Amino acid sequence: MKKKHPVIALIQKDLLLEIRQQSTFYGILLYVASTIFVLYLAMGSPEEKVWNGLFWMIQLFICVNAVAKSFLQESRGRMLYFYSVAGARDFIISKLVFNLALMLLMSLVSMILFQLLLGNPITNPLFFIGFVCLGGGSLSLVFTFLAAIAARAQQHAALMAILGFPLIIPQIMLLMRISNIAFSDVVQGGLWQMVGLLAALDILVIALAIILFPFLWKD
Amino acid sequence: MRKIWWKIICVILLFYTFTAGFLINVPHIGNLYETIRNLFFHVPMWFAQLSLLTISLVYSILYLRKPQQQYDLYALTFAKTGNVFGILGLLTGMVWANYTWGAPWNNDPKQLGAAIALLIYLAYFVLRNSMTDIDKRGRVAAVYNIFAYFIYVPMIMVLPRLTESLHPGGQGEKGNPGLNGADLDPTMRLVFWPAILGWILLGIWITTLLLRAEIWQEKKLSTQ
Repeated sequence: MKKKHPVIALIQKDLLLEIRQQSTFYGILLYVASTIFVLYLAMGSPEEKVWNGLFWMIQLFICVNAVAKSFLQESRGRMLYFYSVAGARDFIISKLVFNLALMLLMSLVSMILFQLLLGNPITNPLFFIGFVCLGGGSLSLVFTFLAAIAARAQQHAALMAILGFPLIIPQIMLLMRISNIAFSDVVQGGLWQMVGLLAALDILVIALAIILFPFLWKD
Repeated sequence: MRKIWWKIICVILLFYTFTAGFLINVPHIGNLYETIRNLFFHVPMWFAQLSLLTISLVYSILYLRKPQQQYDLYALTFAKTGNVFGILGLLTGMVWANYTWGAPWNNDPKQLGAAIALLIYLAYFVLRNSMTDIDKRGRVAAVYNIFAYFIYVPMIMVLPRLTESLHPGGQGEKGNPGLNGADLDPTMRLVFWPAILGWILLGIWITTLLLRAEIWQEKKLSTQ
């Protein structure tokens, strides 16, 4: 039998855990649905700018909740086991990929719910779907690494929010700027520059995570 | 560290800043009038803050390469004084803004960047305090310090370019994260750059004093 790459094996393990313990997955899904429903009751169908702002704020909270548990669910003994069979780099890469996929799914679900409940001011749906994927990905990358730090400090979501919210501001600002484009018919100048900037920030975060994570888990 | 020459330079430069800064002729630009002299005090605070935070980053990297207790202490103390200079920069800026822009807080992108820096480093202190194990605390705090720095610096490059700024050189896309060099009068430059060096040296000096006090206190505790 051919030996699988440790990253793929670890992602498979995460997937399998998610399928076996579906309560967490449905928990997040329900979190998404109920927050957006409460928002709908509170706001009705807001205008474009408010819609956009609310959407990204909700993404932020979904991300904190979806990603927070990814390191907390691993017990100390199991961590030691992963460390001995796979190495820290493989471990963080697998977590980044898994959380990215999870957050992409949640972002798309929340986008559909937003359009169903809070009205549909989007005129450029293809652009918007692209931005949502990019945004969900960026958020999940930053918060995955912060979840690792928070888990190391034996703290929970509150510390993650304190650590993460100031750091996520550039991404959120950029995302709000570029997704405004999806609400108008004209494509503004400087769009691809901003998308490139976001992608560059993502690459920076991935690089930092891969470099710094081994130090975090050394004992 | 005990060398004295740079402390003398620091005192001379700051003495020069405080005398020449108030005495030279300054150009009158827009509604700034004489408040432009604040340039010698407000802007150097940011240079000092960023320098101190960069030194803190260097010590964090050193700590990860070679975990020695003193590196961790250095990183923490430099971040502390960096934050103090950040608060001073914010305060001097707010006084200035009150007279020239009409209100102390204008949601200017650079003000926001400054506030974010404070939040990031306050979070760093909270993170440190949430751990008791010295070894683990040093490592986790160093990792966060490095991560935060490398996100913070691109951010202060990006933010001013996204929104209109009241600061000089802040016209949207062409916005500049620092200051617009063209606004500087040649005579002001003669005071401005020495002032920056003086304030940075003062920041380092304060930090070394703080470090010595803390090391002394630890020694006293351990001998008791």
